Parts: sequence; C-alpha cells; structure tokens
Amino acid sequence: MAIYFIVALDVLNGISSLFLLCLGLAIIFGMMKIINLAHGEFIMLGAYATVISANAGVNIWIAMLIVAPLFVGLVGLVIERCLIRFLYGRLVDSMLATWGLSLLIIGIITTIYGNTQQGVPTPLGGFSIGSYQSSYYTLFLAGMAIVMMGLVYGIMSYTRLGLIARATMQNPAMAATLGVNPARVYMSTFAIGAAVTGLAGGLLAPVSGITPGMGGAYVAKAFMTVVGGGAAMLSGTVASASLFGAVNQIGAYFTTPVYGEVLVFTAAIVLIRLLPQGISGRFFKGNL
Amino acid sequence: MPFSRRRFLRHSALATTTLIAAPAVFRSGAFGAENPIVVGSLHDQSGPIAASGTPMVYALQLAVDEINAGGGLLGRPLKVIHYDTQSNIQMYSQFAQQLAVKDKVDVVHGGITSASREAVRPTFDRFKVLYFYNVLYEGGVCDRNTFCTGTTPAQTVEKLVPSAMKKAGKKAYIIAADYNYGQITAKWMTKYVKDNGGEVLSTDFFPLDVTNFGTTISKIQAAKPDLILSALVGGNHTAFYRQWTSAGMKGKIPIASTTFGLVNEPTTLDAAESDSILGAYGYFEELTTPASKSFVEKIKKAHPDSPYVSELAACTYEGVMLWAAGVKKAASIDRMKVIAALEDGIAFDGPSGKVSLDKPTHHTTRNAFLAEVKDRKWSVLESYSDVKPADTASVCDLVKNPNDTKQYIINL
Repeated sequence: MAIYFIVALDVLNGISSLFLLCLGLAIIFGMMKIINLAHGEFIMLGAYATVISANAGVNIWIAMLIVAPLFVGLVGLVIERCLIRFLYGRLVDSMLATWGLSLLIIGIITTIYGNTQQGVPTPLGGFSIGSYQSSYYTLFLAGMAIVMMGLVYGIMSYTRLGLIARATMQNPAMAATLGVNPARVYMSTFAIGAAVTGLAGGLLAPVSGITPGMGGAYVAKAFMTVVGGGAAMLSGTVASASLFGAVNQIGAYFTTPVYGEVLVFTAAIVLIRLLPQGISGRFFKGNL
Repeated sequence: MPFSRRRFLRHSALATTTLIAAPAVFRSGAFGAENPIVVGSLHDQSGPIAASGTPMVYALQLAVDEINAGGGLLGRPLKVIHYDTQSNIQMYSQFAQQLAVKDKVDVVHGGITSASREAVRPTFDRFKVLYFYNVLYEGGVCDRNTFCTGTTPAQTVEKLVPSAMKKAGKKAYIIAADYNYGQITAKWMTKYVKDNGGEVLSTDFFPLDVTNFGTTISKIQAAKPDLILSALVGGNHTAFYRQWTSAGMKGKIPIASTTFGLVNEPTTLDAAESDSILGAYGYFEELTTPASKSFVEKIKKAHPDSPYVSELAACTYEGVMLWAAGVKKAASIDRMKVIAALEDGIAFDGPSGKVSLDKPTHHTTRNAFLAEVKDRKWSVLESYSDVKPADTASVCDLVKNPNDTKQYIINL
C-alpha cells in the first residue's frame, strides 16, 4: 500500500522536474519562436553556478535559488545582445547558431573546470512511509514547481510587465505602435527565460552527476514537452509536463527506464498526430 | 591575355622548383633524424568517459618518457601519436583506421569502454597492427593480435561478490549499464551470487545517458534486497549514488560495484554519498607499496590536477612496459616476432605488483585488491596475489587455435 505512495511521489518528481526544465524554454519559444538548442547548456550553467558557489562556501539555498538564476540570466542577456538579436524570424538559422553556441559553452566549461566536478549533496534528508524511504527533496521540487507556476501566472496576468509581454507575444507590430519597444521586450524575455532555466539547473544539481555535457540529456525532452504543450505558455506546458512526466515514471516503474523513455516518445508521437497544434491548440484555448 | 612561350617556361620552371623543394619545406625535422618507433594512443579525453581516459594518457606518456630516458627501444626513440576520441564510438573507428593506415603505427594502446574496444579490434586485425587493451572488462576476448592487461571478472568480481554477500546477505539486486560490458558483467555477477548460495532478485539495465533513477530506487525498495551490485558506467550514472543518498537509503542496503571510482566518483561525490561502497580492482591509488607510491607521485607531479589514478592508468603503464619488454626480447619491431616474444613468459613489476602475460589467453596474471570507500578515498581491505584470468582461460586457447579472433560470451 505504501509503495503506491512512493510511486505517486516518483510521478510528482517526474512531473515537477520536467515542468521546471521546460518553463524557461516555453517562455522563450512561446514569446519569440526562437529554437534555443543551447537550452541544455543553460541548465548545465545553472547547475555549475550552484555547485561552484556552494563549494566555495555560499549557503546551498542561496546558491540554488539566487546565484544560479542570476548568473544564467546575465549570461542569457549577453547572448541575446550578441547573437539571438539577429535571429528573430529566422527559424533554421537560430537552430544552427544556438547549436554552435551549445558546443561553445560546453567547450568553455570543460576548459575552465575539467571533465568532472565535485557536486553538492542533497540538502534535505529522507522520510519514511511505512517501510519505504522517500526524499524531502521531491516535495521541495514539487513546491518550487507550484511557486514558479504561480509566479509566472501572477506576473503575466496581473502586472503591467506581463501585459506588455502578452501584447508583444500576440502582435508585435501593434504593440510597437502603442509605444512598446519589442526589441527590449524580447531582450528581457530571453534573459528571464534563461534565468528560469538556470534556476531549474540549480534545483537539479544536487541529484545529478555534474559534467559539462549533462545538458544533452534534457534538450530533447524539453523541446518535446514545449511543442506538445502548444501555444499557451503556461497551461500548455503544465498539461504536457503532467502527461509526459506521468507516462515516463509509471512506465519506468512497471518496466524499465528504457521502456519508460520509449513510452514517452510514443505518447508524444500520438499526441502530435491527434493534436497537431499541441494540447493547448484544442484545450485551454486562449488561456495563458 | 595571350599566354606567351616565355610566360609558360617561367611558370613551369617555378612549379618544378617548388615541387622539388616541397619536402624540405614541409618537413619539420632535420634531414638526418632517426626514425622513431611510433606508439598510437586512442583515449577519451572529453565527454562522459574523459575522467577515465585522462589518467591513462598521463600514464602512457610517463611510460614512454621513462623508456626514452633509458635510451629508447632498440636504439630508437618512441613517439606517441595520440587521438582524443571524445567518448564517441564513431571517432574510435575513424582514428583507428587513421592510426593503422596513415600514421602506420607499430602498436596501439587504447580503447576504454568495451564498445570502443570491439569497434577498433577488427580494424587492427585487418591492418595487422599490434593492439593492447589496458582496461578491466568482462573477459572473453580471444585474439592473437590483441593483449588485454586489465582485470576480468574471475579476478575481481569473483572476490567482490562473496565478500559483499558475507557482509550483507544472500539476496542481490543488480543494476548495470546497458551495453556489452554491463550485460556480460551482470551475467558474471549472477553466476557468482548463485555459486555462493544467493539469489538475484532482479537485473536492471540503464543506457549511458539515463540520469533519473527515482523509479529504480522505488523498485529496489519494493524488492527488498540485502545487497546491491552495481555495474553503472560513466558520468551520468553517478546521479544514482546521489539520488540514493537523497532518498535516505544510504546505509540501509550496502552497495558493491565493479565500476565505482573509474570516473572519479570519490572526488565528485560527498563522503555521505560514497562511504562503505565496496570495490575490487587490480590497482588502487591508495596502495602503499614503494612501486605504487612512486608511480602516483610521478603522475601527480607532472599533472597536479589529474583525476584519480585508477587501475586503468596502472594497466596502461604496465601495458606499455610489457610491450617494450616484448620488443626488447624479440630484438625487432616486427609484429609476429613481438607477439611470439610476448607469449614467451614476459613479466613486469609494476605499480600493482608482478604482472605476467599468459600465453593461451593473451591476458595477465596479476594481483587483485578489495577495498571500501572511506572519506572519499579507498581503504584497501584485502589483497590477493597472482590471480589467473580463469574466465577467459575456460573459453580461449590461442595455442590450439592461433587464428581465433572473437570475443566469447559466457553462457550461463
């Protein structure tokens, strides 16, 4: 009986980590239709920022929740000014450029820090349900996912910043005639998307092996979830993250992790076949 | 513009002179330079397997430098041509071909994962280049052109499993990387568990890029084993040990591993995550023999930030030295003469102790050690001397079948 709780916690873990990983990409892709193949590397930079600052003595919570997003947000800002700014509207070119960017980032990190990096232990301990153990960190990740969801929803729906962002998303030309500078909106959106991705990387740092190439494992799933979610930035991502996260974890529990992955990709294929516009093309239409 | 005869003559004179002078321009060495013996090196220095490959390259370089300092081999200096295969099997195939055909090396030391070894071994067989594989692996390679100096399951797993079962209990749960090494090692683990009266509750395989072990940890808890046997490989799989500790499972079920430590895990994991993990290898950096200490000292002096100096590095050093001994004995660099000399009872006293080549299997009889992790370093518990490669010996006899070139897979 208790094992079902444990599996449920696993599913929660899968959904929340998938959601956190995709949120930054959903913001960037949803706003600017830029395919950012360096998404995995932003995650890696967030993980490295957390690990390096925590090992240098910074409190682990500050390292995860403040240092990582700040650092990656700044990096995102620089990248936007130097590279992404020239690629709006050029889909294929943005893929090539960001792919090259990802290779560059991996190379720089390898040169500075080498191939392996000492990580940080998970801050919270474990607890038992019946005779089984689970980790408080799972609950923490789920909590952070809800917090981020609430934050994005709150900012987008209730603040002036969110209003400007939504307007630019819908119709940049019209927004420009009303006094909004789209270029500046894109710049801040990219930086914020990068910061959110950095936060996700920082949150995942205590439970991953930290190597320069760690981002590669996350890119495909992140894109799949964002595209499967469809045009609605928040509700679409929540829906597809829930679907794919649940399929993955339940499949992995009853068979093996390999088949868990196979099931997710099969589900994605079926989803796109049935709902070509993603989940939010049919449900949650018009929502945020 | 009309092409006059004068122009034509002037241009062809210029072209001819350039062609004749080209070798002098392109050569970077002096005209009378000695022709070196070329050693090829194929190791990963980037990607998930880089933490294993980097110390191996340092050890190779150390061995070559020591040989050159002693006057070289047969009066000729050694030269290393090294390719970084970037943890990518395609690169292995490509560079193996390049080493054999373009660089025309006299011997190759390389390959790390079993997949990489099997990708390059046929190339070296085809182009008749002597090949040394200096990494612990699952056993069974039977190839006259190849010498495997690393430990095989009969030398390490056979000692690890009973020790672990004595400490923990009879029910084992096996987790392994999903490629030839992991699959075959899992079979060996199953055999030794059964031989010692235990049972294997389940065997799970993970591709090399899996990072999320949450459901696996739940499954392990549901199965309630006494012991976990791990053959996980590479940087992504270290996440298992992290997630295991974060779920509060550390200390509840002991872990014994045939691969823990090869990608620098004791340094990258916290003490809480790695303490009490059991391992058995042919060499540990923490050994206190004079030969081992001086070996480690030399490597750390030349490369202060080297990753952990594991069995892989020690075997690479011993592999190069064994090959050099074979060349000296054969008094020639010709491949078949060197192979005959290597089969004729060559031994070397290396960092791990005495290592001798075995004629029927082309593997080594060497020492093995059992250790557990304490405070992010290994603490050696037991040593076994002169352990024979019994697993390969049971399927491979190169004296009877010298033309054998396959890898035998244990049939359980």
